[in-house]
Amino acid sequence: MSESELSNVPKPDEFMAIDHKPPKSGWMETPVDFKPGNYCFPAKAKNLKILDMPNPREWSPTDEDWKLPENWKEIIIEGIRERLDKYRSFRIFMDICVRCGACADKCHFFIGSGDPKNMPVLRAELLRSVYRNDFTMAGKILGRLAGARELTIDVIKEWFYYFYQCTECRRCSVFCPYGIDTAEITMMGRELLHLLGLGINWAMEPVANCFMTGNHLGIQPHGFKETLEFFAEDAEEITGVKIEVPINKKGAEILFVVPSGDYFGDPGTFTCTGYMMLFHELGLDYTWSTFASEGGNFGLFTSHEMIKRLNAKIYAEAKRLGVKWILGGECGHMWRVVNQYMDTMNGPADFLEEPVSPITGTKFENAKSTKMVHIMEFTADLIKHNKLRLDPSRNDNYIVTFHDSCNPARAMGILEEPRDVIKNVCNHFYEMPENTIREQTFCCGGGAGLGTDENMDMRLRGGFARGNAVRYVQEKHGVNRLACMCAIDRATLIPVCDYWAPGVEVTGIHEMVANALIMRGETERETDLRGEPLPGKEEKDE
Amino acid sequence: MGLWFSLFSIVILVLLVVGGVEVFSWDSLFGVLIPYAAFVIFLIGIIYRVGKWAKTPVPFRIPTTCGQHKSHPWIKANNLESPYNSLGVIGRMALEVLFFRSLFRNTRVELMDGPRLVYGGTKWLWAAGLAFHWSFLFIVIRHLRFFTEPVPFFVNLLEGMDGLFEISVPTFYLTDIVIISAVTYLFLRRVVIPQLRYISLAADYFPLFLILSIAITGVLMRHFYKVDILSVKELATGLSTLNPVTPEGVGLLFYIHLFLVSILLMYLPFSKLMHMGGVFLSPTRNMANNNRMVRHVNPWNYPVKVHTYEEYEDDFRVKMKNAGLPVEKE
Amino acid sequence: MSSSAKVIAGLIIFLCLITFPVWYNVVGGKASYTPELKIISEEKSCVESKEFMRIEHMQLLDDWRNSVVRKNNRTYIAHNGKEHNMSLTDTCLKCHSNKTEFCDQCHNYLEVTPTCWNCHIVPEENKL
Repeated sequence: MSESELSNVPKPDEFMAIDHKPPKSGWMETPVDFKPGNYCFPAKAKNLKILDMPNPREWSPTDEDWKLPENWKEIIIEGIRERLDKYRSFRIFMDICVRCGACADKCHFFIGSGDPKNMPVLRAELLRSVYRNDFTMAGKILGRLAGARELTIDVIKEWFYYFYQCTECRRCSVFCPYGIDTAEITMMGRELLHLLGLGINWAMEPVANCFMTGNHLGIQPHGFKETLEFFAEDAEEITGVKIEVPINKKGAEILFVVPSGDYFGDPGTFTCTGYMMLFHELGLDYTWSTFASEGGNFGLFTSHEMIKRLNAKIYAEAKRLGVKWILGGECGHMWRVVNQYMDTMNGPADFLEEPVSPITGTKFENAKSTKMVHIMEFTADLIKHNKLRLDPSRNDNYIVTFHDSCNPARAMGILEEPRDVIKNVCNHFYEMPENTIREQTFCCGGGAGLGTDENMDMRLRGGFARGNAVRYVQEKHGVNRLACMCAIDRATLIPVCDYWAPGVEVTGIHEMVANALIMRGETERETDLRGEPLPGKEEKDE
Repeated sequence: MGLWFSLFSIVILVLLVVGGVEVFSWDSLFGVLIPYAAFVIFLIGIIYRVGKWAKTPVPFRIPTTCGQHKSHPWIKANNLESPYNSLGVIGRMALEVLFFRSLFRNTRVELMDGPRLVYGGTKWLWAAGLAFHWSFLFIVIRHLRFFTEPVPFFVNLLEGMDGLFEISVPTFYLTDIVIISAVTYLFLRRVVIPQLRYISLAADYFPLFLILSIAITGVLMRHFYKVDILSVKELATGLSTLNPVTPEGVGLLFYIHLFLVSILLMYLPFSKLMHMGGVFLSPTRNMANNNRMVRHVNPWNYPVKVHTYEEYEDDFRVKMKNAGLPVEKE
Repeated sequence: MSSSAKVIAGLIIFLCLITFPVWYNVVGGKASYTPELKIISEEKSCVESKEFMRIEHMQLLDDWRNSVVRKNNRTYIAHNGKEHNMSLTDTCLKCHSNKTEFCDQCHNYLEVTPTCWNCHIVPEENKL
């Protein structure tokens, strides 16, 4: 994250001088305005070509002509029809909204921008209005009066703007009396846009990379190996313990899959190092994979088909390596895919065994079909059975709060395990206000493929609700660490904190676990994983 | 625009009855034909809409989890907010349908100077919604006294509760007061809250006005411009026993009431009021969060183009070998 | 698909409930019953017209009660100017002394439970 991006943004009070009252002109009469900093750059042709996606070309959202195929309208209408017939969720959500407005101020983008089309209800109406016009009797007869409107190029442009101002976080769906899930609607909207070759590069480049090299960042097998070995050396420097890094090891008991963000950029790298230290200490028979080197899945931000295309490699690699079960690292949307799509799309995983912890003997019955266990379930189980020697005072310089990531919270329900682990590895933990955590947690503002720098204005607006809650515990309890178990969070919460709660740093949970972990044969540690002096070791430095 | 159109529509509908009954004496049109047609359209419409939903597959299990999932035995799972079995799903749905659980969570956020966000609970929409729906149900059941002979015991029971306070003769029903207040509130918030006014369509105002008009004509008939309910029951039982009659002197007000109810019945299956059925079918609520325990099958799952390990190794074999990584083919 | 089967089952339950009046009357109802009122009156006419009484008698009785109990006024002047004693037992029931064949007919039919008999004693009935 470049400092310059943030310095372009005005001071918070000026930045937030917004009005939540809608404009005078009705929403159908208000055309979309592509404001710099509020939209993402379009997908490059080369990435679409790699993926055999339609209409690859160079274009810009600010162009008048988006170079759409001639029969674009037909494509969209047919696309809607196909999805109405395939997804009950889509059909129901198009049909039953009563516009009660309960969702309106639940969206972090509406809270931070005041743009009425960021109210979840109106975001859905952007698509629903076209549905009414072409698929319902009332819409055909009454037209605009029934909330129907004709599909035009301007509608497509509006979709592109607003379906990429939704992070599919599902917060609105928690409050909706019918459970209408805007994530589902945004996913359909994006699928439709992709039929015309309309996507964003910050999602499609990772997708293309992931398809070819196995991970979003395009890190090749030798690079992957070097990176992990580099982390192992770092860990050895701090602990004196030499750490093995098993990669593509056939016959290992467990395949370990993480989001690539964990081995690419700080502070995810510290969490990645943390995993390795933990597994070494346990003597776990596991392996990394260069092919399944990505648990994250930007296909989720593209289309259902793309989820499946990118996710397929995990079971395939588990089968090739002959492991018994799969362990997954700290990631948000990866776990939505694992929990809600993987087994259905690429299962059944009948070649694997029901996961059992080799250390504690605990059966992970909740994962008996998918055969993939969340590392927080794994570590919480270790702690419960006293299998780890921990010295939480090594994290005493950290005053910690925990950010529930959207997908683990609202598409999985893993709320207590991370708290369990955090409370066992540090001594100072404070919760943010209850309206901003657990199932009501706020998005970082950069999920679902939107965490790119050209979108910084909108990301900071989207991150306001989270940042504001962090600021609250910072002022009240002196919080200086924001823990999270999501790779996107570890990247996007940094500018959010820098802007809204300066002084708070972002950390993964296994970074803290590794700090507290007393390893066999370790030398006395002077620093934490970041190279910062441990509590009580500061003077020696001077 | 939507507001005025809806109001105007209701006025037209009322005038239609006034003209039809007063001028042309089309009693059997408004008393028999239209109600029958309305009921048939209502039934067929509901079957059609729900049937269409039922026919559409549910490819993925996508519950919105609002509580702790089931994992380790020592971590208390929340079976109502994140159900892990059918019992939990039934409980969750019951809370949702009977008590509007999700709406109960409603909060209000305010942007203060600083800038700073302040959250508050707001239960008004939930309370008004719940009051409206429950009194509507009570009123519908209460009306069975006109359609059945002998009147079943539960109708009498309900009526006794509803008229508990015995204010005026005949006694005022609590549900009448509640439904009129609640609908009025639901209407006012649409007009007063700017964001809500912005998103409101004719399809949002029309049902409110329609239901309000039905409630008001009902109250008028009971308390202010009384109609002969003996004839009303004759007409109603005539309808329900399929021996329709239109007794003399049932009164214009009654025909207006009946006509508006008929309109509501015909309108319901083709409008947002279908949330009545839809709420039961919402995949984010009516599915268990047991995805990793029980495999969900997508009926239209199809093979997709993937990049296989073999292709991957072909791309990187040399680099992998140089890095000392094992390969399948030398 | 089991999910569809569940929806259909739900739909059938709903249809059964919503058509309750139709099948209830067929199964257990006295379908075409209408009440018949027996009038064994000594007088030629009631205190007010038949049409008025049909619709407003409950209001009239309530007014009488308030007038007698709260204002101690027992004289009712009808629309035609005639004076009557405001009394359920002495005026109304003098003519309509057959409660089961008169009052109860409609009240039972329409599931109305008047509160008259909470205080008043049901008189011995006369038959026609």
